[in-house]
Amino acid sequence: MWTRVIALIIKEFLAILRDRKARITLIGPPIVQLIIFGYAATFDLKEVPYAVYDEDSSLASREFLARFEGANAFRKVAVLQKEDEIRQLIDTQQVLLVLHIPPRFQSRLTREGNAPVQVIIDGRNSNTAMLALNYVNEIAANFTLNMARQKGLSGPAAQLVVRAWYNPNLESQWFIVPGIVGLLTMVVTLMVTALSIAREREAGTFDQLLVTPMNPFELLVGKTVPGLVIGLFEGSIIVLLTVFWFGVPLRGSVPALYIGLLFFSLSIIGVGLMISSIAATQQQGLLGAFLFMVPAVTLSGFATPIANMPEIVQKFTLFNPFRYFLVVVRKVFLEGAGMELLLTEYLCMAAIGVVTLFTAALMFRRRMY
Amino acid sequence: MSPALRRICALVRKEFLQVIRDPSSIAIAIVQPLFLLFIFGYGISLDATHVPVACVVDATGPNAREFIGGLYQSQYFSPRIYGSMAEAEQAMIKGDAMATIWIRSDFERQAMTGNGKIEVIVNGVDANTARLVQGYLIGHWGQWLLKQGATMGLELKPRIWFNAEVRSRNYLLPGIIAVIMTLTGTLLTAMVVAREWERGTMEALLSTPVTISEVIVGKVIPYFLLGMAGMGLSVLTARWLFQVPLVGSHWLLLAVSCLYMLAALAMGLFISSFSKNQFIAGQLAIITTYLPAFMLSGFIFDIHSMPTVIQWLTHIIPARYFVTILQTLFLAGDVHGLVIKNAVYMAGLAAFFLLLVARNSRKRLD
Repeated sequence: MWTRVIALIIKEFLAILRDRKARITLIGPPIVQLIIFGYAATFDLKEVPYAVYDEDSSLASREFLARFEGANAFRKVAVLQKEDEIRQLIDTQQVLLVLHIPPRFQSRLTREGNAPVQVIIDGRNSNTAMLALNYVNEIAANFTLNMARQKGLSGPAAQLVVRAWYNPNLESQWFIVPGIVGLLTMVVTLMVTALSIAREREAGTFDQLLVTPMNPFELLVGKTVPGLVIGLFEGSIIVLLTVFWFGVPLRGSVPALYIGLLFFSLSIIGVGLMISSIAATQQQGLLGAFLFMVPAVTLSGFATPIANMPEIVQKFTLFNPFRYFLVVVRKVFLEGAGMELLLTEYLCMAAIGVVTLFTAALMFRRRMY
Repeated sequence: MSPALRRICALVRKEFLQVIRDPSSIAIAIVQPLFLLFIFGYGISLDATHVPVACVVDATGPNAREFIGGLYQSQYFSPRIYGSMAEAEQAMIKGDAMATIWIRSDFERQAMTGNGKIEVIVNGVDANTARLVQGYLIGHWGQWLLKQGATMGLELKPRIWFNAEVRSRNYLLPGIIAVIMTLTGTLLTAMVVAREWERGTMEALLSTPVTISEVIVGKVIPYFLLGMAGMGLSVLTARWLFQVPLVGSHWLLLAVSCLYMLAALAMGLFISSFSKNQFIAGQLAIITTYLPAFMLSGFIFDIHSMPTVIQWLTHIIPARYFVTILQTLFLAGDVHGLVIKNAVYMAGLAAFFLLLVARNSRKRLD
């Protein structure tokens, strides 16, 4: 029996890797995507363009505005003289925000103790708007604290000291790039397996397979192993690039990561083989892979957190293997987790893998007899 | 009717018959956009609310209580009191808390001299959410400071234009429409032309008196209409199901969408002109147009935050201009200067691709 399976595995590898173009497609595009996405997929604010409309021009207002000029997150592009210039600048996206200091800022600050400052923000990208507003808030609160300490307090005052665990500078890259390990492993494994049976069917070789003494289980093993080897290989390359090119720290145990990668690849292979045994042509296989992949990526927490989704959609994500692998990869990379913290994720991925592989085998069987 | 016009009409009629007989084009143009819109519309949100926060309050005075009590009023937090830092840290490790707030026992005494410290630890793995939580806390602290402590202070009056509720869906959905239309437009033409080559019917067409430009026009017209139907449906879904406001003029929206659809179809034709195989054409369409439209168009990741080299790269992606226009038309209204500038770039790219198509597709069989 095992000689038959090994022969099939060798044949599968040859079928996938025979063609030079196919070999390049397996390695080239994923790495290019990793590099481009690794740099493009960022939520970090950098040099937010802003304008200043200072109607007070006092010592206090200048002191307040100086705090923005010193900040890396901001870049001053204009100083306004009239209020109606604001609309034009924001509408055309030349600035993201305008700081408007009304007249009598200084006198209100010292006499009444409460001086308003208006911040007008372009909310077209609400995430960027919120992050920028947070920076402004921080600068304003520190300004208040400083003034209060200098001029005497009337009540208690405290500083807010924020530290971040696992990712001290809060770099998006540390969050996104380990996720890409899973994303690209999934894409490659799915492509290899989703097309494997459809390709045989199109070429007519599936009938030849059927007349061999192979049973569905042997066929399953023969089709699974190449996908697994290619998935693990691809995953390893991307892990290496994540660590050595992007400099994301790999703090946890490597075996814990690989156990996760193994279970994840198996569950994706199961899905791929299921798609493949339904599809009559490669084109249908491709379509099926796409139909699985889009929700799998969107509803995984890859770019946006699962906690932000509606309740029902959150329940739905429990069937998504990518969801679990993202937890594994992020916990191992950043939180330094070992296997004991990841048992639930392993178990869920293994369960999805068993169900999908078993179903795929049943579907071969139906096709065979 | 001139012979050229008659031939084009015949081609368009043939194409429509084909669409009706083989519903896969309708699936690409109508079903797929709705499917994607549902998945993205419900799945993608950047609004973090009710973030679980662990609170450890060793201080007993009223000021610390005031600070923590305020958290309960906010929709952004769902605070939980823990007895000790060790317990709170355990909750952070298990993922039960996204952040921990620690107020030490000497807080009240220190605060009276202005040296109090409120310590916050956030889980930084999801950097964006961590930043938002940090920002919410800073806002809360600023208000507390103004109310409790300082006699003098600066009160920030933020006004968020175009999206006052700061709902991320309002900016994500218009972007998603751009991403979906990119996929629909390119996939439609790329697959259809490749299918014609695969089945050998292109050769049959070429032996008739039609010219190559007539073939192209005959392909563009029906799929343009089909693609625009998908676009219309997406806009209606965004507007009525997901409640995204549409402030700008409908005519302007229609005009720029037509322009963009043309650009997308041109990209599809361009892809099909050097791949005569449906499978490769489909994969190329996804890799060269869908993924860049997703990652590099500014639909979710702000282009200003990307490294300079990648910012240059985004200029050759038509979706970038369409995303800007859509976000503006939906949320800000008719900002003519901005819309026209981006539309001109889009038209330029569409013309560029159509020119390439015309050059690449001569009447020949190799």
